[in-house]
Amino acid sequence: MKHEVIIAGFGGQGVMVAGELLAYAGMLEGKKVSWLPSYGPEMRGGTANCSVVVSDEEIASPVVTEPTVLVVMNRPSLDKFEGWLVPGGLLIINTSLVKREPSRDDINIVRIPCSEVADELGSAAVANMIVVGAVVSRTGIVKMESVVEGLKKVVPAHRHNLIPLNLKALEKGREIALGVAVCS
Amino acid sequence: MGEKVLMKGNEAIAEAAIRAGCRYFFGYPITPQNEIPEYMARRLPQVGGVFLQAESEVAAINMVYGAAAAGGRVMTSSSGPGISLKQEGLSYMAGAELPCVVVNMVRAGPGLGGIQAAQSDYFQATKGGGHGDYRLVVYGPASIQEAVDLMAHAFDVADRYRTPVMLLGDGMLGQMMEPVEFPDYQVNIPVKDWITNGASGRPARVISSIFLKPEELDAHCWAMKRKYEEIAENETRVECLGLDDADFCLVAYGTTARICRSVMEKARESGLRVGLIRPISLWPFPTNTIREVASGNVKAFLTVEMSTGQMIEDVMLAVNGKKPVHFYGKTGGMVPAPRDILAKLRVVADDPEKGRMN
Repeated sequence: MKHEVIIAGFGGQGVMVAGELLAYAGMLEGKKVSWLPSYGPEMRGGTANCSVVVSDEEIASPVVTEPTVLVVMNRPSLDKFEGWLVPGGLLIINTSLVKREPSRDDINIVRIPCSEVADELGSAAVANMIVVGAVVSRTGIVKMESVVEGLKKVVPAHRHNLIPLNLKALEKGREIALGVAVCS
Repeated sequence: MGEKVLMKGNEAIAEAAIRAGCRYFFGYPITPQNEIPEYMARRLPQVGGVFLQAESEVAAINMVYGAAAAGGRVMTSSSGPGISLKQEGLSYMAGAELPCVVVNMVRAGPGLGGIQAAQSDYFQATKGGGHGDYRLVVYGPASIQEAVDLMAHAFDVADRYRTPVMLLGDGMLGQMMEPVEFPDYQVNIPVKDWITNGASGRPARVISSIFLKPEELDAHCWAMKRKYEEIAENETRVECLGLDDADFCLVAYGTTARICRSVMEKARESGLRVGLIRPISLWPFPTNTIREVASGNVKAFLTVEMSTGQMIEDVMLAVNGKKPVHFYGKTGGMVPAPRDILAKLRVVADDPEKGRMN
């Protein structure tokens, strides 16, 4: 089994950390993982993205050009990556910032108003954890327990007081993606 | 072995160097290797080492020369354009027989080029990017774990043979994160009875690459030549996969080799018997391995690189016309896709003679 994920958005939305958390969780499960950030000219203009591969087999290339999962946190990311998603792939859209509807009809779509949901939880900074919760619950790419374990590694020690809030965000993302919770 | 951690290639390489006893780093920033100096700036003072950002690459490599002459385990790192500026210093260090490790996280060239991954510095690294009659030991790791393992080895080889050693990565290897374990490495720096660390109580020593008398320079060059032959004898590293029954042989190093490995597996699933030769030391090049494979049942070779074709020249020399050698390359910072390599492999398999490069 191989999952190939692209998480894309503005710098500051936590897309890099979200990807790192998925990779860390996969590593803790003994899977092969890779994480590759955008660092080239595409970073100019404030957009950022990372590619994550979680696989049972050795990873040939960490470059993802046919993602099975795509998370778009802003409009430019949807415009750039929508066409890359494999048919039947999962698209997660931050509807707080992306007002355009996707044009594909051969993919699965989860719509989450990440900014509003994060604000309700108490901090706009956990929008990225909401999408991680959604990705994990819809794909089984890693176990939620591994994400929780990985969080302790990815979040620096002096910020561990924020872990409960991040856990709440992961859970909220899971609920929304599975249709348990309806977002306002 | 320690705990598995998820680390960026650049940071893992820097940590591996420190664990290998490196205590001096002199460099100048350039993408895509900036995490190496950044990490060194933070970590070296913690272990009693020295980090210095020089005013230029030329200054940095000459500081490396000074530290090596004084007996320190020392390194620098850069990428393409910066490595070009360091070539004069590397030639001087080779001539003065000074050990050091240089990391080149290759970006696409020539000139300023781009900042994405490439393998277009192969010629510069392996064919003497600086002037004069010298060789540079060059390793091309294919994963972050291998880069970490080779880093410690690189320092040992540099000291054992008193020669500069290069770790040739690429932007992707530097920027990506993979799980990595740091081996329990015992730092064992040989006694250096040639260093210039103060002549109090002993005759003065001179470390220099200048030999104005032709006979002396001639003797020096031939002595170095014997050293390089010894390195070639002892330090050639290569990985061979699936060659026992292979009809076709891929040759690739570094990032490209890991992609070729999956191509090999996909090709075998579709009934095409493909093997892979992965040079780990790019100089010394595994010429004998390729020569032996060329003498066997393989019908053709396909060399894959992130360049317009550089290592292929060494492959063709080793194959020596015995079998067709073909090429597939991507440049500009793009990484070859497995399906494109597989498509090329099928074309080669259909008619190995058509389009051969040798």
